[in-house]
Amino acid sequence: MANPETKQIDEIGISKDYQYGFHDDVKPTFKSRKGLDEEVINQMCDIKEEPDWMREYRLKAYQIFKQKPMTNWGGDLSQLDFNDIYYYVKASDRSERSWDDVPDDIKNTFDRLGIPEAERKFLAGVGAQYDSEVVYHNIVEELDKIGVIFLDTDTALKEYPDLFKKYFGTIIPSADNQFAALNSAVWSGGSFVYVPPGVKVEYPLQAYFRINTENMGQFERTLIIADEGSQVHYVEGCTAPTYSSESLHSAVVEIVCMKGSRVRYTTIQNWASNVYNLVTKRAMAYQDAQMEWVDGNLGSKLTMKYPSVYMMEPGARGEILSIAFASKGQHQDAGAKVYHCAPHTTSQITSKSISKDGGRSSYRGWVDVAKGAKGCKSHVVCDALILDKESRSDTYPVIEIAENDTKIEHEAHVSKIGEEQLFYLMSRGLSEEEASTMIVNGFIEPLVKELPMEYAVEMNRLIQLQMEGSVG
Amino acid sequence: MSNDLTIKDLHISVDGNPIIKGLNLSVKQGEVHALMGPNGSGKSTLAKGLMGHPSYDIDSGEVIFNGVDILEMEANERAKLGLFLAFQYPTAIPGVSLANFLRIAVSAVRSNGTNGSEDNEMIPMREFRKELREKMAQLGVDDSFARRYLNDGFSGGEMKRAEILQLAMLEPKIAILDETDSGLDIDAVRIVGESVSHLVGPELGVLIITHYPRLLDYIRPQYVHILLDGKIVESGGWELTQTLEEEGYDPIREKHGITEIGQNTETVQ
Repeated sequence: MANPETKQIDEIGISKDYQYGFHDDVKPTFKSRKGLDEEVINQMCDIKEEPDWMREYRLKAYQIFKQKPMTNWGGDLSQLDFNDIYYYVKASDRSERSWDDVPDDIKNTFDRLGIPEAERKFLAGVGAQYDSEVVYHNIVEELDKIGVIFLDTDTALKEYPDLFKKYFGTIIPSADNQFAALNSAVWSGGSFVYVPPGVKVEYPLQAYFRINTENMGQFERTLIIADEGSQVHYVEGCTAPTYSSESLHSAVVEIVCMKGSRVRYTTIQNWASNVYNLVTKRAMAYQDAQMEWVDGNLGSKLTMKYPSVYMMEPGARGEILSIAFASKGQHQDAGAKVYHCAPHTTSQITSKSISKDGGRSSYRGWVDVAKGAKGCKSHVVCDALILDKESRSDTYPVIEIAENDTKIEHEAHVSKIGEEQLFYLMSRGLSEEEASTMIVNGFIEPLVKELPMEYAVEMNRLIQLQMEGSVG
Repeated sequence: MSNDLTIKDLHISVDGNPIIKGLNLSVKQGEVHALMGPNGSGKSTLAKGLMGHPSYDIDSGEVIFNGVDILEMEANERAKLGLFLAFQYPTAIPGVSLANFLRIAVSAVRSNGTNGSEDNEMIPMREFRKELREKMAQLGVDDSFARRYLNDGFSGGEMKRAEILQLAMLEPKIAILDETDSGLDIDAVRIVGESVSHLVGPELGVLIITHYPRLLDYIRPQYVHILLDGKIVESGGWELTQTLEEEGYDPIREKHGITEIGQNTETVQ
């Protein structure tokens, strides 16, 4: 059967193995024209019925974005054309509360991603982002009862305007960097989470993201506020369909960890190999609070992402565990940043990267200790696994210390899959490909074991897909 | 079908240096052979060459297993035919639990697709766990062993026990044990030796490669061969180990006019 989707994939020469590269025929109910100006932003504000302060915020951010020079570090952005992108696409008219109300073609996509099943088994709430707008959003009753707010960000702006305005843009201001400015101007969707004091959310809160309109930039905006002594684990997984022209994903994630709180934010991304994934993620951790980023990056054309933790008060702790898999034509420029702004704060960065088929992975890290921040400890481990001669791995660590009384450790290891390891596994009946896959899966196990179970399974499967055909 | 391993006039070199120089040997299912020789005589080269290590070049000769010449086969194809090598120095695979590894290996070896089929049917978890637990109990290893990363941080004794556990799980037709007793204390040698002797039977042929007869007290071989300078120079029965223990290798070297090669001097623990 002549399948138009298959034909399209053939034409653009992108791997047919890309499991989630299907494209459902969803009719967007509104799509802005390509390119960005004040009119597009105003139109967007009108449709979203946003308050005036947000309209002003967006327009101001747009001015900042226009003034910022093109980012000239990290990866190659020269092919990225801001005029060739749709900045706002609305796939469905309203947020859906229940699965039955979700339109069939969208449901079909989610079925293929296994969302309902995952929900039944593991989710406390689902926010699934389809194009720019959240179409399906379900919070189980228990979350409501304990006062936890878990909404798509647009709805949160309407329903909790004061809480929203108090924190929005305080962790990552519009002027922080070019892509934060762009996101601040055109953000749409994302998740808003508030956890009241002392509340511990037992199950991970999950959101599933997809980009589904050709040339559409996805600019979701997530804001998580963990009040004093609370605990929450937020999980997002991203898969995207494959398209012939470049797509831009530029998210902003802001997290406030108040005194004694504990937040974990887990991301698994598997963008199609034509997506620019340029994300700003930052958390502020106050007294004795703990922030953990678990970040897995597969796919995309270029990823630039450095989750960061600002430790603002004594006893704060930041942990970042990241993994990058760079395959053919891909550059993963990922890493972590930690800022020790107060005494007796601790941080741990673990970065693992795999490069294959000419892929390039870079670790870009920043450890900063402010003057007077005595007794801080930071430990950085970078492990790189290079699978063939064509592939590349670099590290760019920066350590800035303005205080003598600190303990900073940095370790870096680069390895290749050893002949002895392969021979050992093959002598037990594994093919070369199975053996390589097993070694790679073992390499990333420290990250995978931190993931919720179905994500761990998915991660291992994604690695398996990435490794297919890698051995001649 | 006969499940003999027959080696005919085998020559193996490493980095251009000939190590095995015309070796003949036949091991049948159900037989136990010991191949003894000092360090540097070519024992480990033979073991790895038979299993298909890519750095060991087969210059000439034949190795027939199950009636087919296996020398062109990859190591995994040899394993699927029923050949097994217990390594002298097993490699660590960090992040991969012994249990996970074994389930995949057992599934690979038992799925009869000897050629190329990548999609090995996985052995059901329940069935696998039951079998693993039984075999671990026979080997006297704790259940927690299965959750540890393969050979990662294992003591010498643990590594060798993990090798024997793999042997027990993979159920090969012919197993080569490369210096399985090296680096073990007396108790560990006894445990490993007794475990292997339990596995020996009509379904399993064993080639024990060793330079010291200690392990052979537990697994009594029917055939003993002496390897010197890449060739088997003497073959016999159990009595040959006794001669070796009393006199060492020197009288045999003299008899065959072989001068000791290299700097390797034997230290008997």
